[in-house]
Amino acid sequence: MAQFSLNINGKSVQVDVDPNTPLLWVLRDHLDLVGTKFGCGIAQCGACTVHVDGEAVRSCSYPISIVEDKKVVTIEGLSEKGDHPVQKAWVEHDVPQCGYCQSGQIMSAASLLARNPKPTDEEITSAMNGNICRCGTYTRIKAAIKTASQTL
Amino acid sequence: MTLLNKKLDRRSFLKVSGLAGGGMMLSFSWLAGCKPTPEEVLTMPDEWFEINSYIKIGENGAVTLFNPNPEFGQNVKTSLPMILAEELDVDWKNVFVEQADFYPERFDRQFTGGSQSVRAAWTPLRTAGATARQLIVNAAAQSWNVPVAEITTNMGTVEHQASGKKAGYGEMASLAGTLDAPDPETIKLKDNADFKIIGQSKKNVDLQKIVTGKPMFSLDHKVEAMKYAAIVHPPAFGMKLKSFDKSSVTSLPGIQDAFKVKIFKDDYGRNFFDTTTFPEIIAIVGNSTWEVLQAKKSLQAEWEEAPESTFPMAGRGGQTRDISVPGGLENSSTHKEKMAEFQRKPGNVQRKDGDPEAAFRKAARVIERTYTAPFLAHNTMEPMNCFADVKGDRAIIYGPTQAPDFIMNALSSSLELPKENIQINLARMGGGFGRRAYSHHMVEAALISQKIQAPVKMVYTREDDMSAGVYRPTYSATYRAALDENNNLLALHVKAGGIPESPLHANRFPAGAIDNYLAETWQIESNITIGAFRAPRSNFIAGAEQSFLDELAEEMGKDPIAFRLGLLKRAETNPVGENNDYDPKRYAGVLELVRDKSDWSNVPDGISRGVSAYFCHNSYVAEVVDVSIKDRKPVVESVYAAVDCGIVVNPDAAANMGEGAIVDGIGNAFYGEMAFENGVPTKTNFDKYRMIRHGEAPKKIEVHFVESKEDPTGLGEPLFPPVFAALGNSLYKATGKRLYEQPFQPQILQIENLGM
Repeated sequence: MAQFSLNINGKSVQVDVDPNTPLLWVLRDHLDLVGTKFGCGIAQCGACTVHVDGEAVRSCSYPISIVEDKKVVTIEGLSEKGDHPVQKAWVEHDVPQCGYCQSGQIMSAASLLARNPKPTDEEITSAMNGNICRCGTYTRIKAAIKTASQTL
Repeated sequence: MTLLNKKLDRRSFLKVSGLAGGGMMLSFSWLAGCKPTPEEVLTMPDEWFEINSYIKIGENGAVTLFNPNPEFGQNVKTSLPMILAEELDVDWKNVFVEQADFYPERFDRQFTGGSQSVRAAWTPLRTAGATARQLIVNAAAQSWNVPVAEITTNMGTVEHQASGKKAGYGEMASLAGTLDAPDPETIKLKDNADFKIIGQSKKNVDLQKIVTGKPMFSLDHKVEAMKYAAIVHPPAFGMKLKSFDKSSVTSLPGIQDAFKVKIFKDDYGRNFFDTTTFPEIIAIVGNSTWEVLQAKKSLQAEWEEAPESTFPMAGRGGQTRDISVPGGLENSSTHKEKMAEFQRKPGNVQRKDGDPEAAFRKAARVIERTYTAPFLAHNTMEPMNCFADVKGDRAIIYGPTQAPDFIMNALSSSLELPKENIQINLARMGGGFGRRAYSHHMVEAALISQKIQAPVKMVYTREDDMSAGVYRPTYSATYRAALDENNNLLALHVKAGGIPESPLHANRFPAGAIDNYLAETWQIESNITIGAFRAPRSNFIAGAEQSFLDELAEEMGKDPIAFRLGLLKRAETNPVGENNDYDPKRYAGVLELVRDKSDWSNVPDGISRGVSAYFCHNSYVAEVVDVSIKDRKPVVESVYAAVDCGIVVNPDAAANMGEGAIVDGIGNAFYGEMAFENGVPTKTNFDKYRMIRHGEAPKKIEVHFVESKEDPTGLGEPLFPPVFAALGNSLYKATGKRLYEQPFQPQILQIENLGM
């Protein structure tokens, strides 16, 4: 066990965990930020996507020991009132079915649009291909990303 | 019969509705006399008045509607309350929806499966809404001392025009809650033409919570002093636990205990959905998820082959039969050999019309094709998990289940607690697809909690989940057609089976359309457990049948849609045999609609096009798939679906579910496969088990609904089965190769110079 000082959603927090603990489980079990989901544990499904220093990473495969001194943003911190352009577009297109993968999808989409506000179809596909939606909402996700893109 | 009059004493009702309390903010308009403005935000009412099991109204006019059914993404939590709100005659924007707990004394049929939620709830929920509206009217009549018949309602207000009296529902709720419910038989339901909510798209009631990551799933649940548990199950089908060394994990950091969990008692009489792959598993309990997942890797356990076994299980109709589970470690290669062997032997005749044997004897030409598909894993995005708090003689279970009613007996037996001491709360599920109709995971979590006498959250890893069985079975079907010298269809013969069940629906189309028809089944026992998977059986046989009809149409020189319409015309005007369980006119209707919407005859340049249609879960669907070949790979450009599922309650959400079913079908047709080597599943995570991803989804999907006045029928499943053949038929046009074996992808990779 070791002490780690973290910056999560703009707040400083301390946790005492095994240094190999993935960021995912620190968020979920220790910090009660459960919007970030467990899907596969091997960075293959994207349900656990968060931003570390602005970049989309799979938190299930990201040990807490390398998070220190970095800024972590989770779905809970993406916007104060749930009104990030991507979240608003998701509402406009009524994207989710079961909803389980959607915070990961939203975090991947927000990261894409932050670095590339006007992505092509191919760029959207390439950025989103690591996020599985078992319910199959892919066409709505793409439409919502395009809507969000127009507001940026 | 709807449970309308089941009122509870106030204390128990507060238990049920406790989730709504606690100063939650609710955005709605003031109903009692003020001009509504959408900006107004009111706190929850001071008091809720229960009108019936499904409806409570606050003194300020706020309305809470309970969604009785488990929600797994099919959006019943929105559509079922819409039905209530319609007949209650309230403004949707003033409605607050709560998920009901499992409460059979208050709610009917709390089951998600078979695409039946809306169909089964349609009349009961309309009646519940209309009866509550009548109670408000009766309360107003009593308060104002005017005749009931002179009172009208409109969007949450009640009015007596002659005297000018008008009030919000909230003002009448207190009195209405004390009146005797009227006889449902005397209640008049709205005319369809008067619907204000049904048929208007309403957004998912949990949308804002989903996009902001609020806790909604049982995996998100946490209580004070909660422990975490992981499980270890045998590594192969046909294996069982021999022994394990507890000390291999109990000295690890954060680990409290490890023990064996036996899921069902020896003398427990299993219900139809009491499928469990491994009778015994090992539980590891500790202080955090990561610590118990780490300990799994260190656990020392010995496994041994399980002998053949037999146990009684109640069928769906209640009759009990013995289920025998063979011993041995099975292989996919052997499965294929055995299925081919059974395809060659006579099967069990399920239906015979005319004299098919004679027709085949005199045929000028016989076309015979065999189709196969592998086992499939459900792979819900949220792995199996459950929260349980079992202390003394009380149990609270909060977990993902499509069928709480089906697991209650097992919980009661395994925990040795009476059912009334067990509370099952219904979590939103991260997908279901049939998998969570089998809820042994709830028994496992409950037994772990009971053992440690503390609340626990148990979670399967993806590997545990994918290798724990309850798969879609592997199937095979051989179709034979007899043609005369003029290419007229004389007879059709289908023989279909699987491991361990047959996919055949003997009385479905094209039965009824062909003079000489023979349908046979066979099945092969296995120790690999299977269960319902989105449109069970239909999800295979539709692909086989509709691929064969496509090939047959080509051999007969007919347009695929015209050929099917010809058969349906025959079934409509002069049906063959009895018990044909489809309506040929509605079936033809969706084919005609998809022909129009896809502009069937005008195929765009570079596009190859295939069609398919199927009837299941009381609904009719036809689909056209357009593919192109780009960079030597097939690309699904567009999918057009035409659906007849009666009245559509929530059109945009219905389209969303249809789009999802189409994506699901394309993914499973191309890639879906679970295989076995010596009983071991060869794929246990998404690195090997290929799921459809963004780049492989169709570029465009259009879902069109037949305008209908018929009561609603199934929707979550019926769009899934037709995709397989529509895709296969379009890939044939694109590649020149008929695809008889799922998944398609390995065969497509073998085609040289694709698109060159």
